[in-house]
Amino acid sequence: MLEIDIKHSMFTSEGKTYLEISAGIEAHELVCLFGHSGAGKTTLLRILAGLIKPDGGRIKFGDTVWFDSEKKVNIPPQKRNVGFMFQDYALFPNMSVEKNIRFAQKVKDPDAVESLLFLFGLETLRNQNSAQLSGGQRQRVALARALAAKPAILMLDEPLSALDIEMRLALQEEILKVHRMLDTITLLVSHDVGEAMNLASSVIYIKNGKVLSRGKPSDVFNQCISPENVRFLNSVKFSNLDFPAF
Amino acid sequence: MDVAFYETLLLTAKLAAWTTAILLLIGFPVAYFLAYRRFFLKPLVEALISMPLVLPPTVLGFYMLVAYSPQNAFGRFLEQNFDLRLAFSFEGVLLASVLFGLPFMIQPLQNGLISIPYSLKEASCTLGKSGFTTFLRVLVPNMRPSVITAIAMTFAHCIGEFGVVIMVGGNMPGETRVASIAIYDEVQSLNYETANRYSFVLFLVSILILTLIYSINGKKKVL
Repeated sequence: MLEIDIKHSMFTSEGKTYLEISAGIEAHELVCLFGHSGAGKTTLLRILAGLIKPDGGRIKFGDTVWFDSEKKVNIPPQKRNVGFMFQDYALFPNMSVEKNIRFAQKVKDPDAVESLLFLFGLETLRNQNSAQLSGGQRQRVALARALAAKPAILMLDEPLSALDIEMRLALQEEILKVHRMLDTITLLVSHDVGEAMNLASSVIYIKNGKVLSRGKPSDVFNQCISPENVRFLNSVKFSNLDFPAF
Repeated sequence: MDVAFYETLLLTAKLAAWTTAILLLIGFPVAYFLAYRRFFLKPLVEALISMPLVLPPTVLGFYMLVAYSPQNAFGRFLEQNFDLRLAFSFEGVLLASVLFGLPFMIQPLQNGLISIPYSLKEASCTLGKSGFTTFLRVLVPNMRPSVITAIAMTFAHCIGEFGVVIMVGGNMPGETRVASIAIYDEVQSLNYETANRYSFVLFLVSILILTLIYSINGKKKVL
């Protein structure tokens, strides 16, 4: 279980605001951190990964305290065993597809590399440089690399935002496959309602740094139909074509 | 004449090689610190490192000479503790050359580090890699043109250095007489043929180094 109780000041286009999040995430959940741009979703994910130190609070994963401002505990990202997929995928341009995956392994295991290349359909691209890949291919390499490290928790920062709708739908399947394979917590940052509906078992709706609503995707989106939210939800990109229009 | 000619060229190459090697060791940590840290005095530190770009070499040479004097604290410390006098010695010229070459090494390295997307560094961290592994396996390979530019520019600049060397080292054959000083000396003695030989070698080395830099940077743009 991941227990989050943090406070952090952040600067958005609307000025200084405070991220104040208290939430518990059960094992095996695929949770979507949903909200407007600047709501604090990515900041929260980066705090959980150890890439940003929050101003205060406590983060506990299983029996391990990752961060505790009172006890001055702050485990570095290297020791959190997090599989983090960046919005720009952050593939290493000096390495081929295969080397990107191999680099992520804590213990060298050529068989595991072969399995990942096969699983994500990357066998023919193994010697390609990451700069030469398409958006969808890069996404698959980034997922394979995140898996190669055998992470205890998977964090995906808007992994599909740069892709077209067809590719999004195809790669949503890949994300689900990875989540089931890891059988652990997956946190997905998204501002796409369809994506949240298709993938997430639970949604944390963040607005201005606070949790506005938490629960099943259908419940959260039904609860949040205020005139303002209707405008927001209508303005976001729907990847699920069957999702009813507001 | 040939022995003196080769001795001078060898000394010039030795000074440039040592200066580049020392600056490479100093340059990486300093550039890393300046690229990724923000602190109050950062603009002052950057200005001090860049000073040799605008400061007349004779000014730096003059201050170095003053500092080397046993009448002053630094020179006295070296003499009393290590029996070392830096004025008009190869070591003294080397130290001055290292200080004067700082911007040529650090600026390309710093720019190279800044040009790498920060997410690559973070990705390596989340994959459990240490700062040192990230530096060696992710950062350095992705800033290779900057590293080559830094090494080549430092070496090339040092080969042509005149003002600092003549102020700190004078013109002592085999000890401080480098090619640029030899050219000046030969011209003063009306030995134009020897001056021409030295000049041609410096011209050739400089054009080779610059062509290497442009060819590497050009390849990167094409890719």
